[in-house]
Amino acid sequence: MSVDIIFKIAAIGILVSVLNHVLNRAGREEISMMVTLAGIVVVLLMVIDMISRLFNNVKSIFQLY
Amino acid sequence: MDMEVFQLVGLGMVAAILALVLKQHRAELSLFVAIAAGAIILLMVTGRLVGIVTVLNDMARRANLDQSHLSVVLKALGIAYIAEFGAQVCKDAGENSIASKIELGGKIIILSLTLPILVGLIEVILQVLA
Repeated sequence: MSVDIIFKIAAIGILVSVLNHVLNRAGREEISMMVTLAGIVVVLLMVIDMISRLFNNVKSIFQLY
Repeated sequence: MDMEVFQLVGLGMVAAILALVLKQHRAELSLFVAIAAGAIILLMVTGRLVGIVTVLNDMARRANLDQSHLSVVLKALGIAYIAEFGAQVCKDAGENSIASKIELGGKIIILSLTLPILVGLIEVILQVLA
């Protein structure tokens, strides 16, 4: 099922934190900030899809129109 | 089919561990792991919910219950479900005040939804008293 999305999110999180460390060491704070933001946006897009599916399911099951 | 509970528990544990690992470095992404795990767990059990609602509808039809009343109950249940989910997410993010506002909003919506039934009940009582 869509369980692998959790692993994807965790992988993105670890990747972003590693990139952050490297960029901070290299003195590129502004780029590391952008990396963080990009990670958040990507993960948000993945999660929002699932949440909308959940909401639609609940809507149709409980006849909430 | 009934082995779903092991999937549920395993998924929850794995997600909790991943969220714990991420929390030290990227707290916001650990929140996303928690949200995704919650959404997946709820999506796993919504399939069973369909059967439960069908049985409830069937029983209500057999008992000659007013269909609109059951629909109000189901709507209140759905609103409570969604509001609880949102409130828990906000609580996970540490925003307890927003969570309590979501719960308050859900309660107000449910109250406004059930108000017609309450009015009907009061009218019946008045008819009995008169």
